[in-house]
Amino acid sequence: MSKDTLFDKVWDLHKVSSLPGGSDQVFIGLHLIHEVTSPQAFGALKDKNLKVKFPNRTVATVDHIVPTDNQSRPFKDNLAEQMIETLEKNCLQHKIRFFNIGSGNQGIVHVVAPELGLTQPGMTIACGDSHTSTHGAFGSIAFGIGTSQVRDVLATQTIAMNKLKVRQIWCENKLSHGVYAKDLVLHIINKLGVKAGVGFAYEFAGPAINALSMEERMTICNMSIEGGARCGYINPDEKTFNYIKNKLCAPKNEDWDKALLWWKSLKSDENSIFDDLIRLDASKVEPTVTWGITPGQSVSINQQIPLLEKLSPNDQFIAKEAYEYMGFKPGQSIKNTHVDVCFIGSCTNGRISDLRVAANVLKDKKVSKTVKAFVVPGSEKVAAEAKQEGLDKIFKESGFQWREPGCSMCLAMNSDKLIGNQVSASSSNRNFKGRQGSPTGRTLLMSPAMVAAAAINGKVSDVREFINK
Amino acid sequence: MKSEFTPPIGKILQISGKCISLIGNDIDTDRIIPARFLKCVNFDALGKSVFEDDRKTLKGKHPLDLEENKNASILIVNSNFGCGSSREHAPQALMRWGIKAIIGESFAEIFYSNCIAIGVPCFTLPKKSIQDIQKFIDNKSLYLEIDVKNSLAKSKNLNFILEIKESSRKMFLSGQWDATATLLENATLVERKFKELPYIKFDYDF
Repeated sequence: MSKDTLFDKVWDLHKVSSLPGGSDQVFIGLHLIHEVTSPQAFGALKDKNLKVKFPNRTVATVDHIVPTDNQSRPFKDNLAEQMIETLEKNCLQHKIRFFNIGSGNQGIVHVVAPELGLTQPGMTIACGDSHTSTHGAFGSIAFGIGTSQVRDVLATQTIAMNKLKVRQIWCENKLSHGVYAKDLVLHIINKLGVKAGVGFAYEFAGPAINALSMEERMTICNMSIEGGARCGYINPDEKTFNYIKNKLCAPKNEDWDKALLWWKSLKSDENSIFDDLIRLDASKVEPTVTWGITPGQSVSINQQIPLLEKLSPNDQFIAKEAYEYMGFKPGQSIKNTHVDVCFIGSCTNGRISDLRVAANVLKDKKVSKTVKAFVVPGSEKVAAEAKQEGLDKIFKESGFQWREPGCSMCLAMNSDKLIGNQVSASSSNRNFKGRQGSPTGRTLLMSPAMVAAAAINGKVSDVREFINK
Repeated sequence: MKSEFTPPIGKILQISGKCISLIGNDIDTDRIIPARFLKCVNFDALGKSVFEDDRKTLKGKHPLDLEENKNASILIVNSNFGCGSSREHAPQALMRWGIKAIIGESFAEIFYSNCIAIGVPCFTLPKKSIQDIQKFIDNKSLYLEIDVKNSLAKSKNLNFILEIKESSRKMFLSGQWDATATLLENATLVERKFKELPYIKFDYDF
């Protein structure tokens, strides 16, 4: 059993009581809600005649269903309009802060909360969305919950949950030039598998993790869930504190000093005990691309799609399904695979640094005529910052469409969808069957830089050939 | 799909019904209920859309569409079932189709806790036992009687000792799987915890 890790410390601090059978009642410090997983929870409150216990500990935004072309109200899609109206009504009724479209602070919930300074070290954070693990980048313990648990948090500010085990993933050295946080996390998921993290929180540590920016750390923690881990975190350091400082909801003046003092005490002890420990060499990681239908099915850019017999028996069934669905042959190179659509965005890679890296690749280049390419900033703030830096112009001049913020084609709940069996190069997080809106659509996950390179060539390419020139 | 749906309520001590098997590892919640069906403000209509894309691809040959499975209520699955998105719409859709319990090699974590929270017990069995059940179902009908208290599954031909998390088992036996009431009981402790937390004191009010 783990001892003296950051996870243990934050869990113990928030534990309210032990429940029958060994689960704990845990206080949730910050609760984030959006339009898709909250309406039924508010409905259940009404049915049970309950109130929101601590309305100022819940914050709302709208992201999943928002159109990215025309955001004027009412939305063209009646169902989407109904969902945003329901959220507006619920927030108003229960006095919950809501960052709506046009507020300057709307966006993907996991982009918005950190940039507002809501996400802070030592907190427990829950949201009805599996990518809540993102917030672990700040040394908070953050995890996705279902709608019934959203109801519980609204009603009690607590949930019932079994304490997780802790696995440390120690990353030696540092990433080489042209290799990004996305490549590292895809590599980790490939090595450990998509279910290795079930029952675990992942602590990402080591020199390669320390060297990452806060936004890169968010990319890593974001995809913990793709490796099965409901929660992933990184011990906070100076970078963490500097990122939070002066943000809208960050502590101010003497409160800042008090916060900082406490935050600095929050990390896994040097002799803390982990339930499991994995070591890997980050300098060996290369640009990584998925070829299949789970985020674990990936290869380095210069590798071939694995042969069935090279895979462990447990991975063979899903590999066969993947070959068939993707229409790829075992042994085929991933490089030069034709792509139809290029998407830059999502809670994994829709932040300003992601847009900068992609724009740097696209500068003075043109998107292939065979490709539809679009970029969806993660939030209104990201969009504003990008415009200020002129990134929107670089994207548009290259042939990318510049869109309004939202989740967009990561899960295709708005009108941004693949058509038929189109292949997309996507900076998002899931390549499941049908994920991007077409039941036969195919998704190749990669870093935003690699998406930009694929857009230029119309096929999967090694971004290092662009940026080293 | 059953015509009428009544949600489970109170103690869940016994579940009996016909088994239906879905073969495959890492079946994600996007497959269980594609995102376009999440455009709703209640769960009522989800039952008919469960596994919509997989079913369309198989044109009536998907296990959920076979006449003999019409009244099945115990789902048999392989490993990491329900991975991916936290959408409770996935277990809600299965439950509204008629599933009352799931037996599998392993479950993704958020899916598992969503199932418990809506009163659908999930049990595990070793890979070999699951495969034996799935082979059996291939040829014959299998009706199981699940005794939650003793974690046993019985039929005329096969008997299994099921695994279930102790916390979940206790919740079903006491009827407290709908956790809200239990959590509300500790209101005083919650208030105390709220005042104790360091960051509440330096929260910036804007």
